[in-house]
Amino acid sequence: MQTPSRTLLIGGSLSAALTAPVLAAAPATMDVTITIPQLKVAEYHRPYVAIWVEKAGAPAKTVAVWYDYDMKKNEGTKWLRDVRQWWRAAGRTMTFPANGVTGATRAPGAQKISFSRAQLGATAPGAYVLVVEAAREVGGRELLRIPFTWPAKAGPGGRAAGKTELGAVTVAFR
Amino acid sequence: MMKKQIWGFAATVALAAMAAVPASAHRQWMLPSSTVLSGDDVWVTVDAAVSNDLFYFEHQPLRLDAVHAWAPDGSDVAIENKATGRYRSTFDVHLTQKGTYRIASVSDSLMGSYDLNGKTERLPRGTTTANLAEKLPAGATNVRTAEANNRNEIFVTVGEPTTTLFKPTGKGIEMVPVTHPNDLFAGEAATFQFLLDGKPAADLAVTVIPGGIRYRDQLGQIDLKTDVEGKVAVNWSEPGMYWMNVTTPHAERQAGDAPPPVARRASYVTTLEVMAP
Repeated sequence: MQTPSRTLLIGGSLSAALTAPVLAAAPATMDVTITIPQLKVAEYHRPYVAIWVEKAGAPAKTVAVWYDYDMKKNEGTKWLRDVRQWWRAAGRTMTFPANGVTGATRAPGAQKISFSRAQLGATAPGAYVLVVEAAREVGGRELLRIPFTWPAKAGPGGRAAGKTELGAVTVAFR
Repeated sequence: MMKKQIWGFAATVALAAMAAVPASAHRQWMLPSSTVLSGDDVWVTVDAAVSNDLFYFEHQPLRLDAVHAWAPDGSDVAIENKATGRYRSTFDVHLTQKGTYRIASVSDSLMGSYDLNGKTERLPRGTTTANLAEKLPAGATNVRTAEANNRNEIFVTVGEPTTTLFKPTGKGIEMVPVTHPNDLFAGEAATFQFLLDGKPAADLAVTVIPGGIRYRDQLGQIDLKTDVEGKVAVNWSEPGMYWMNVTTPHAERQAGDAPPPVARRASYVTTLEVMAP
């Protein structure tokens, strides 16, 4: 807790220094719960899911991509472009597997994942958007956006609910 | 003397008619299986045909003799698994680099005529600037030529779009991307610049037609013109595959008028994929 806020104070501007007391108590972690719906379809494949952070004027920052990363010859990457908004915003400039970002596809149900402030790329205070996009082989695609600000208050920090390829997505800070 | 003139007249009319064929007849196209790709070892397969509807193969295959592919670093890439059927040709390109590939069929030919023994003859098919001397019989005089450049090209991108392959050759109509042709989204306008012989080409007719003609009543053709800088902006209302054609102006002639001189002709065709937002 101490080290990140001190780093920010050193690197921050005067206004950052003025808000230092708030920062010192600010949460350091974002917990994201993504519900992957149970679908009754003839051919089910777990969705490819990309999670990234957008901030006006800054490049999108990918925080997690769940895909078939363990296929031979990296073949799972062939379908990454189907997560098409993420592919345009960030994916196409990346190499895979990506350290700290690549993960396995996840089963239907509530899937939890946590990010540090550094992972989120939210080093500067301001308004951000967490974007979650899911694309399923022989299925559909859906994208949800949850705005958040940093520094964040501890506790629930936003939610969104999908209709097809994503269920509820909730954000909380601690 | 009179006879000679009539012959010259007839030959020029025939030439003008020939020259008009590529523009007025069926549409030429190449259709890639994907334009936006991910992965380290991917392939694209391309259908190539000449047809009325887009993108259905119902008339003639596009001949593959002049089709070449270039990797993002400018090196040649093999056209693999070539096949030409009754209605379409097909081939594969193995994409092992990251960036934008170009697949193009480019033909540069000379149209024209010459006089020999008091008769005006047409230059044979397959005449180019390079082989003009050998195509002309000994004693040919009054040689009139006009260059015709036709370019039919598509782009496919693995990973991040690159622009290394858009360096103009200075021949015919060429596209310079303002918006990258593999970064097109419905609801966003895209701008392209066209050059004719390396210079910005103002007032060129640009025709854009969405694919899927067979399943709608209206052609849905968008008619545009390049501005003074050779630029044109296209608004994509729907995602899908689009055929885009740019040509030099066609000489118009009323019956009885003198035939237009054999003119410079150039045509450009590409297929663009517009993604869903």
